[in-house]
Amino acid sequence: MNILKQIYPAIAITVVLTVLLGIVYPLVVTGLAQVMFPAKAAGSLIEKDGKVIGSSLIGQPFTGPGYFHSRPSAAGTGYDATASGGTNLGPTSQKLMDNIKTAAAALQDENPGTPIPIDLVTASASGLDPHITPAAAEFQVPRIAKERGLTADEVRKMVSKHTEGRQFGLLGEPRVNVLELNLDLDATRPMSKGESR
Amino acid sequence: MGFFSLLQYALFLLIVTVLVKPVGGYLSLVFSGERTLLDPALRPLERLIYKLARVDPDEEMDWKRYAVSFVCSGLAGTLLLYAILRLQYVLPWFFAEYHTTPLTADLVMNTAVSFSTTTIWQAYAGESTMSYFSQMVGLTAQGFLAGAAGLAVGMAFIRGLARDNSKGLGNFWVDLVRASLWVLLPVSIVGSLLLIWQGVPMNFNRYVNAVTLEGGSQVIAQGPVAGLELIKNLGTNGGGFFNANGAHPYANPTPLTNSLGMLAIVVLPAALTNTFGRMIGRPRQGWLLFWVMAFLFTVGLLFNGWAEQRGNPRIAGEPNVTMQSDRAQAGGNMEGKEVRFGISQSVLTAVTTSNTSTGSYNSMHDSYTPAGGMVPLVNMLLGEIIFGGLGGGIYSMIMIALVGLFLAGIMIGRSPEYLGKLIGASEIKLITLYTLAGPVILMVLTAVAVVTEPGLAGLTVNGGPHGFTEIFYAYASSFCNNGQSFAGLSANAAFYNVTTAIAMMIGRFGLAIPALALAGLFAAQRRRPMTLGTLPTDTFSFGVLLVGTAVIVGGLSYFAALALGPIVEHLMMNG
Repeated sequence: MNILKQIYPAIAITVVLTVLLGIVYPLVVTGLAQVMFPAKAAGSLIEKDGKVIGSSLIGQPFTGPGYFHSRPSAAGTGYDATASGGTNLGPTSQKLMDNIKTAAAALQDENPGTPIPIDLVTASASGLDPHITPAAAEFQVPRIAKERGLTADEVRKMVSKHTEGRQFGLLGEPRVNVLELNLDLDATRPMSKGESR
Repeated sequence: MGFFSLLQYALFLLIVTVLVKPVGGYLSLVFSGERTLLDPALRPLERLIYKLARVDPDEEMDWKRYAVSFVCSGLAGTLLLYAILRLQYVLPWFFAEYHTTPLTADLVMNTAVSFSTTTIWQAYAGESTMSYFSQMVGLTAQGFLAGAAGLAVGMAFIRGLARDNSKGLGNFWVDLVRASLWVLLPVSIVGSLLLIWQGVPMNFNRYVNAVTLEGGSQVIAQGPVAGLELIKNLGTNGGGFFNANGAHPYANPTPLTNSLGMLAIVVLPAALTNTFGRMIGRPRQGWLLFWVMAFLFTVGLLFNGWAEQRGNPRIAGEPNVTMQSDRAQAGGNMEGKEVRFGISQSVLTAVTTSNTSTGSYNSMHDSYTPAGGMVPLVNMLLGEIIFGGLGGGIYSMIMIALVGLFLAGIMIGRSPEYLGKLIGASEIKLITLYTLAGPVILMVLTAVAVVTEPGLAGLTVNGGPHGFTEIFYAYASSFCNNGQSFAGLSANAAFYNVTTAIAMMIGRFGLAIPALALAGLFAAQRRRPMTLGTLPTDTFSFGVLLVGTAVIVGGLSYFAALALGPIVEHLMMNG
């Protein structure tokens, strides 16, 4: 058995299969995807007035009181879609507790007395989580209703519209898409120039 | 733990169990060279490849030649990937403004070794380091090649037990090509399209410049994501397109993509138990291995799920915050988890990936509770036997069986044998070598890291026992060719790039070569007939022996290290 004899097939097969699996296969799949699911293949981008304002799959930061807020994010300086990631803080980390306390304090002012759902004070794994839980949305309903001049029930109806249940009734968790909800809010009851942003 | 969590776990295990027999049957057809549905399309391509590579497909290889071919294949892949990554800046689709992390020699060496050993330890963030060309021609291709190579070695091992008086274990090149074309490629094509249907991008566009609703700017990384993401799981590699791996909404947008991904990981290794049973002519033996794996899998799943749903008691102490699980929220420990996955799908992924030496993840393990984070760690330390890596899992589990049989044989005064093959002195030497490699490498490397400055320099996010766990986890993951990490460890430094690469190579070749040698010894033996005195290996008691051996061998080796890390931290957290 000659080691050199195995080197030639090793190189040849590696190169051939690299071309087949690393070039042909991705190109074929891309081609099929452009035909079958063009919008999804391109990243599920959302356009408004001819400009791309984001993706329905990628979270965005929201600070204005008239908008539903997203979860805390550790992606870059927050929702940086070129720097995905979480905090990686361990459960006994003091920094984690500080982060949570700070976030909780800010949210307490908004809705004194109501317990804050955990996802609003914890960072997601990707930093780009486009969703919040229905509990987190419900927590924010009073503020939105006040800022937008809607009744709480009208806001809740909108939240429902953008709430996805478990897939096939059992996979995953119910979730609310924050960007799509806020877009809908802007379309239905835009805030006038005079109101706070 | 919630009703829906248990339902999802049960459904997952049900689907895996149902698929074991048909997939196992298909694999045994493919690797015996028998006829399959895909032959008309693939045979001509296969013949062409053999012609180009000057391979004689009928030539049988003994274990030494098989091992050399395996190593050469790994070497060729590593070098090709090294070249592609170092030359990234002159190859297509390199965006200098986004790909800002420099591909230094040690990072590239580490990445190349990690991909070709199916570890895919990523000491880099994909979207800020790798061009589309690298992700595609480099990483995606290696995902296939390394996964296929692992599957080939697994098949060779099975043949070793199935054959008598034989020197040959098959032909590595044939196995590699067949694994790639008949198994990995068709599933990847269908799987990628399913992923894209659910929202995973597949394009070559520049990163998108969006103006957010509030008027800010958001640059959204794009790319040929679906192609990589499928084989990432199917080949039990784990290397994702983006830094956040399967947590990134582009890589894993829905619970369905997550479930499909987890199925892609587990079904082939699980089916190999069936292929094994068929090829040795005793399917019950295969099923016993499957049920032992399923049992250990479920135990880990339930324990991890319980710990994460219970959450962090320090947060529970926060008066304003609620972790209560109800219809409106999953609750529990949501730090480092995605809303769409909650606790159940996150834990399912953590357990599935850590058991199968797949390094993907959809939640940050570094932020898990100590008890929760211990489960993936222990899964790896047990030796990737619970379904295990593609190809590697079956021989890892059988090694444990051999150790168990040896101990049992000694205790009752019988010659230890498995399926009629004697476990003699030479065999035991190889088994010992295999079993000791892990503890020795892990302990030495972890010890060096925690007492030297460059090692400690990696602890930039967490310290104390959690930091210790991060380091230990890193080496366990590299050695087991898993690739996931407690990502708080800053591993892109020469110290970690070099030491983890050493762990990866020993974990892959240091285990596969003894396994192949053992297979060679077994194949050459004449199969002894079963007598009344033979210890039966398809009974419930044997299953108990297997579980016991796995826990004792793994537990004794690593208990001290676990005590220094997650166990102490758990006590601290609850104290």
